[in-house]
Parts: sequence; C-alpha cells; structure tokens
Amino acid sequence: MLYRETGQFKTSYRRDQAIFPIAQDRWSIGVIMVIAYLVIPVIANEYWLQAILIPFLIFALAALGLNLLTGYAGQLSLGTGGFMAVGAYAAYKMTTAFPDVPILLVLLLSGVFAAAVGIIFGLPSLRIKGLYLAVATLAAQFFLIWLFNRVAWFYNYNPSGTITAPPRTFLGVMITGPEATATVRYLVALSFLMLFALVAKNLVRSEIGRTWMAIRDMDVAAEIIGIRPLTTKLSAFATSSFYCGVAGALLLFLYLGSVETLAFDIAVSFEVLFMVIIGGMGSIMGSIIGAAFITFMPILLTNAPHLIGVDLPVDLAKELETIIFGGLIIVFLIVEPHGLARLWQIGKEKLRRWPFPY
Amino acid sequence: MTEFLTALFVTPFVDIASGPIFFGEVVIGGLMAGVMYSMVALGFVLIFKASGVFNFAQGVMVLFAALTLVGFMERGLPLWLSLLLATGVMILLAFAIERAVLRPLVNQDPFTLLMATIGLTFFLEGVGELVWGSNVKKLDIGIPDDSFEVAGMLVNQFELIAALVAAVLVTALAILSQKTTIGRALRAVADDHQAATAVGIPLQTIWVTVWSVAGIVALVAGIMWGAKSGVQFSLSLIALKALPVLILGGLTSIPGAIVGGLIIGVGEKVGEVYWGPAIGGAIENWFAYVLAMVFLLFRPHGLFGEEIIERV
Repeated sequence: MLYRETGQFKTSYRRDQAIFPIAQDRWSIGVIMVIAYLVIPVIANEYWLQAILIPFLIFALAALGLNLLTGYAGQLSLGTGGFMAVGAYAAYKMTTAFPDVPILLVLLLSGVFAAAVGIIFGLPSLRIKGLYLAVATLAAQFFLIWLFNRVAWFYNYNPSGTITAPPRTFLGVMITGPEATATVRYLVALSFLMLFALVAKNLVRSEIGRTWMAIRDMDVAAEIIGIRPLTTKLSAFATSSFYCGVAGALLLFLYLGSVETLAFDIAVSFEVLFMVIIGGMGSIMGSIIGAAFITFMPILLTNAPHLIGVDLPVDLAKELETIIFGGLIIVFLIVEPHGLARLWQIGKEKLRRWPFPY
Repeated sequence: MTEFLTALFVTPFVDIASGPIFFGEVVIGGLMAGVMYSMVALGFVLIFKASGVFNFAQGVMVLFAALTLVGFMERGLPLWLSLLLATGVMILLAFAIERAVLRPLVNQDPFTLLMATIGLTFFLEGVGELVWGSNVKKLDIGIPDDSFEVAGMLVNQFELIAALVAAVLVTALAILSQKTTIGRALRAVADDHQAATAVGIPLQTIWVTVWSVAGIVALVAGIMWGAKSGVQFSLSLIALKALPVLILGGLTSIPGAIVGGLIIGVGEKVGEVYWGPAIGGAIENWFAYVLAMVFLLFRPHGLFGEEIIERV
C-alpha cells in the first residue's frame, strides 16, 4: 500500500533508467544518507565509530570489489587479502615518497597498483576455471603476503616490519594519523563507499557489466557471440582489485593506522568471501548488507551474554562464539542460499502488496 | 642483477650436482612430506568424488579426529579402545553432517556447499576446543622416530612408516572401491548422482558412508601428523597445505592425490633448499601453490582430474 508505484509515470528515458526508479526508494535513500552523514557522526560515540562503523564501511568496499569479480563475473577469488595488501603498501610507499601529494589522490592511485597486480594474477583465469581458479588465486594471496614480509623496501626498512600511516590533512582537516578524529575518518570512509558503490552500480548496468555476467553464466556461449574472454576476465580482475586495493589503503589509513601483513591474511580473504556469499552474489546492495552482517555479528555474539545477564569466562565465550558463528553460517545458507539481498528483494515484493493479500 | 640470475639459474644445479647424496636426502624428505600431505588430500578427493562437495572442513576433521583419540587416551583408555571409539565418533559425525548440512542443502550450487563446509570448519573447531581443551597435546602411539642410513643417505624411520601407512590406506581404499558392492555404489554415485538414484542406490546412505570413510582417513592422517608435531590447532591449517596437492593431482582422482602429494612435497623441499636462498628464504608458503598453478596452466583439470566437458 505504501510502496506501490501506481501514479509514477516516467516521462523521459533518463527517468526510466534511474537507479532508483520508485519515488519511495529515492526518499528512503535520501533519509539513509541524511542519517549516515548528519545524524550518526553526532550521536555515535567513539567506540561505535572507531571499532564498528569504520571497519564495516571499509569491508563493505572490499566486499563490493569481490562481488564484482565473483558475483558478476563468476571468477571465484581467494586473493582478496593480498590485493588489499597491495593497495595499503602502495599507498604507504607513495605518501612517504611524495608527502605533498593530496592523500585522497594517493588512496585512489593505490587502487591502480592493485589493479595492475590483479591483472597479472588474473591471467591464469583464462585457462583455469572454478575451484581450481580459487586455489590458484590463493597463490596470489600467499605470494603477496610473503613479498611484503620479505622485501624490506616495502616497509621502508622499518625494523618492526609494520607500516604506519603518516598524518595527512585535506582542506585543513586532519584525515589520517593519530590526530584525526573518528568522525572525520568515518565521513571519509562513507564518502569513498558511496562513490565507489555508485560507480559499481553503473558499471554493472552498462556493457562491461553485461559482458561480465555473460562470462559468468555461459562463457563458451559468450565467446561465440563475440565477447572477448581475455578483456572481460582481466577487466573484472582489474576492477575488483582496484576496489580491494583502495579498501586496503583505507584499512591502513583510516582504521588501523599501523598495520603488518597479518592484517591481510588469508582469514581476511575468507571473511570478505563470507560477506559476499551471505550478502548475496551479484548484488551491490548485498555486498553492503553482507559486510554489515559479518562485522556486527561477532560484536553481537560477544556482547549478548552480558545483555542477557549471563557471565561466561573469556575462553568459553570465544569458543561459543566460534561455534555459533559456524552454525549461523550453515543455517543461513540453508534458509536462503542466495543471500540477504534476495531476502530483501522478497521483502520488497511483499511490501508492494501489503496490507492487501494480493 | 647478474648475481641474482646466477643464483637462480646456475648455482642450484651446481649445488645439486656437487652434493648428490644431500640432494637424495632432500628428495626423500620431500617424498615423505608429500605422503603426509597426500593423506589429508585423500579425504578431500573421496568426498568430492562421491558427493561433489569440496569439504573445506577436512583439515578440521583431521584435527578433531586426533583430538578425540588423544582425549580418550588421556582418560586412561588403552590404545585399541581409543582407536575404536575415535572411529565411532567420526562415523557419528558423518551421520550428523549428512543430516544437518548435506540433506537441507541438496542440489545447491557448489559455492554454497563450500561455504557451508567452511561454516562447519568453524563449528567443529569450536566444539573441539570446547570439549577437549585448547592446549597442545602429545600423541604417542609407539612409532619410533630415529634415523638410519640407506646408501649413504639419512632416512627417518617415522617418515618411512608414514609412507607405509599411506600405501596401506590407498590399497585398502582401492580394494574397497573396486572389489566390494559398496565400492561399486560409491563409484556409481561419483559418476552420476541421478543415474545412481535411478538404479536404486540410496544417495543418503552413500553420502554417510563416504563421509565416514573420509573421517577414518582423517583419523589416520591426524594420527600421523599428531605423532609428528603434536595435536594442536595449527593442524587444521593443513587443509591449506593440501589444496595445492589437490589441484595438481585433480580434484576427483585418488592416484592424483598421491602423485600430486609427492610432486608438491619434493618440489617444495628442493625449492626451499636450493632456490630459497636466492629469492629470500621461507618460500614454502607459496611455492607449492605456484608450482601447482604452473601445472594447471598445462592441464587445467589437474594431472589426473576429470576433464569437465562444457556444453553450450
């Protein structure tokens, strides 16, 4: 009843092609933007911003990247952590070598380096498919982590092996470094995510997106009708690695501040893959929802016993958390294998009829 | 630059040629290490062949089996009883997994099943830690660990026994699969689920059987690995080491798992000893994967894997 499109007539092709054609959708997105940009920085406390919202935004960006590669182009990749590491180390090297370059430009350029590496490690996808490709991308993951550990040039010969984000400002406001406030960093991460999500949505609605989906669905047939697998698969790897590289750079500059290769371990690759699968493969909104689910759930699980009033010893709580996490994944996959995005879609369909039965 | 190139292309071969006995030892060490990887990879192959599920939880099953065995032994039960009980636990686990995970997810795409097994990994890890505790446990079942000389090369007795155990295991599996009725049913299900159901083979029973056999293989692998380096949680990471073996040998081939394991084992050890110093050392992490990937470029389905024929 509230969600119906009756009465909304499109009078131009431009209006018809809009990303949010229904007015109620546009209003909702507007409200969410207002809350995200204006309300949350005011009401959220430091802990929420620093420990929950900023990593959520950054991992949503990484999940978006992986979704483009795995959900839209069908190339299963377990090298996300490695590509994020490339972005982080590239940004670090650039900003320490050229301190006067604006930090936002550095963050974007770090994606370019990650894209280049992504193309190199994407080359096997031209020959290898499916689960074999997933394991081949693990080669990328392990090799890149070894490289950043072993070649001291990457961490500027720092004896501890960690890289630290130097303080940088933008328009007079401190964005990175210990002086930067959580609010500023949150807003920068949010802006990056919004921009990149918009670009991703437009990419998947355009010709490139359609070639990706064609390769995903039936790559032999796609080749026959004239879609070049080389450029398509490599463009998918390049774009996805660009997103993951920028996410990695943001992880260093906006969230952790100081990072070593452990932060880009294979566990991160699996975490991002979880976000994509649970959020819904082949869905932009799904990546963001999936990231929210995976980021918020451990915190919920850790804090739930306190809220109920039961106090558990720390190791028992940790074990229970692992058990429940694993169990929830399985239950979730049984209930809705297409992810939360599909549940959202079903919800919207039902909303169009509500409260009428049909 | 030239010294890097020499170190890469000349020095290793010179070293190999000038120290053949040491090279032999490295190769034998590599073969033995490879056999240990193969044992883990066997479990993967069994399950993938019969139910099409890439069981990422195999590594954790190895750990869980070893933990159960050690747990029973620590409670004072004799070895043979602990082995029997541990086997029973793994069979029960197979039943539970089939009922709770496989049956509701029947006919879903492979990614979903893979993700479900990753969820299972977390679940089993947590349960293992909860029930048996998280400290490192020693597993001592009386396998001797000293070295002896063969043709001038030092060979470790433990590794030799591991190789023998693996050979026995593979032979037992081969006999099971070729000579018994249940083995024939397993092969039928591996070929084509629907045709097997049409002939009257109960899919669920077969899956329980396969997962039980994989569980027993995991128990054997767990015993060997646990006796070698103690039963600890890093044992579950062995799955990551077994993956290059799998993709090199082919996901659906038992001889592939063995041959792949041997190649990866030898390649890793020889690479680390002779090429490692040139590149920077500690290359074991990724060398196996790169090696497997190079093989994959020539045979995209692994050395012995089933070639997937795609129809448009």
